[in-house]
Amino acid sequence: MQATAQRSAPSRLRREAGAFVGFIERQRNIYRRFWLWELVFFVYSLVSVLTIGYLATGLGSGGAPSGAHVATRSTELYLLAGALLWSYLSLVFMEVAYAIGFERWEGTLEYTFMAPVRRVTHLAGIWAAAVIYGLLRTAVVIVAVVLLFHLDLHGANGWSVLCILLAATLPLAGIGILISILPMMAPEKGEQMTVAIQGVFLLVSGVYYPVSVLPQPLHALGDISPLTYMLSGIRDALLLGRGPGEMLSLFGLMIVSGAVLIPFGLWLFGRAETRAKRLGLLKRTG
Amino acid sequence: MTGSATVAAQAVAAQTVPAVELCGVSKRFTSRKGMPWRRTATNKVALHTTDLRVQQGGITGIIGLNGSGKSTLIRILATLMLPDTGTARVFGLDVVADAAQVRRHVNRVSVDAAFFKSLSPWENLLYASRLYGDTEDARTRVEEVLGQLGLGADTLDKPMRHLSRGQQQKIAIARSFLTAPALLLMDEPTTGLDPHSKREVQGLIRRLRSERDITVLLCTHDLDEAEALCDRVLILDRGAVLADDSPAALCAQYAGVGEEITLEAAFLRLVGRRIEDDSEASEDT
Repeated sequence: MQATAQRSAPSRLRREAGAFVGFIERQRNIYRRFWLWELVFFVYSLVSVLTIGYLATGLGSGGAPSGAHVATRSTELYLLAGALLWSYLSLVFMEVAYAIGFERWEGTLEYTFMAPVRRVTHLAGIWAAAVIYGLLRTAVVIVAVVLLFHLDLHGANGWSVLCILLAATLPLAGIGILISILPMMAPEKGEQMTVAIQGVFLLVSGVYYPVSVLPQPLHALGDISPLTYMLSGIRDALLLGRGPGEMLSLFGLMIVSGAVLIPFGLWLFGRAETRAKRLGLLKRTG
Repeated sequence: MTGSATVAAQAVAAQTVPAVELCGVSKRFTSRKGMPWRRTATNKVALHTTDLRVQQGGITGIIGLNGSGKSTLIRILATLMLPDTGTARVFGLDVVADAAQVRRHVNRVSVDAAFFKSLSPWENLLYASRLYGDTEDARTRVEEVLGQLGLGADTLDKPMRHLSRGQQQKIAIARSFLTAPALLLMDEPTTGLDPHSKREVQGLIRRLRSERDITVLLCTHDLDEAEALCDRVLILDRGAVLADDSPAALCAQYAGVGEEITLEAAFLRLVGRRIEDDSEASEDT
């Protein structure tokens, strides 16, 4: 025990980097231990995406109202792109939001919050784990979709898709931080509130239809949702083959919205943490 | 002053800084019921205005009935709760203004072993090591501490939920040792343990005191444990400090002429209630 007591303290940066890895490693271990649950969620996600895909196929092969002309291939790609991205985004949002709720349920929230780790490292670690897991799971769904729908992606620009996903990481991180505040503010209802907020994003961000079909108030919400631009850009890359050079304004928009949302999210999270400590809400029982 | 004299003076100054210092710290909780336009508020004092100073080193016991403010005090020191009034300092650092620095020196063992129950002890301990930035030889050190607690290395890779309450609590104590804190806050660490496990944990706390330069704040319901382990005991009742002395001095203070009493008897005479008779609300404040 003496040896333990006399160990030299690591540098602050090294400690934060180690903690960042620790959060990713912890989440990985949780996914591994709950593998059966993860399998259930994966099947649900796959089935949801396939259902949307076959809805497009059905509309193109006579399922649409008489007189309506539906271009099957482009409709499939349009809806599948939305379904796949929503599958990925909803997983990431839930993982980030649930990280606080899950810790409260396990009773470890106080332990994590009293650790000598900056909150930005904590949230970044959880976020990174969710993004890595979300990308891996979505990649498997994409393989299944490509095989089942024989999608022709020759005209698509993969680099653009990758660049948009990377640029969109910033605003998505900001939204994730904002969503993760809710379970801390309201121990019992917070998680359900995150589901409701996800539903609003689904409604206004043009996941399955262009935002132009929405009535004006919802359209306005869609216009300020970063997801709208992310989805629109990815569809342009997939359906129209637009290259990264043609989307610079989109990348700029993503970076600027991330530069606003992340600091704002961290500031608000700090306020929520202070409130939780004032009211004693970090306890297991809330 | 020469360089060595300056260093020596700084070392003496560091030693004289109290491990814990509370000045006018109080905490109350307000619960509101009813609709927003017709709310009724109920206040519950968790900790009355408290002044307290604990010097570095040794084990200080905090004993009191449920609702006396023990856990609130521990949470404030662990930077998990903000006091309503006053200032709380750990090694001279304010727990609110310097919370990030305070956290580097503090660890806590709570009454309910706080772990990811689906993860193994090793996965939980590795997570703790990463948070505190000390993963070097972690597995070896963990096995060493668990051996001292009577837990075999085979326990390390089973899910926590498969372990008994006593085993989980031992892992919680091993976790706090792993991060080498200067101030260890122990909130009823032996509550719910069988007598054998309780003795092992108490033995480890004793060894910790003798081998490490550490200050332990031990909240307990077990007055025999407090008498056996603590150098000093604080008796809290309804959030106020009623007594603050060594167990022997407290026993002597409340004993009659020529009488020898236990700490339990001294507590009864001071508080007017036996700790076993504690039938207050079970909410742990």
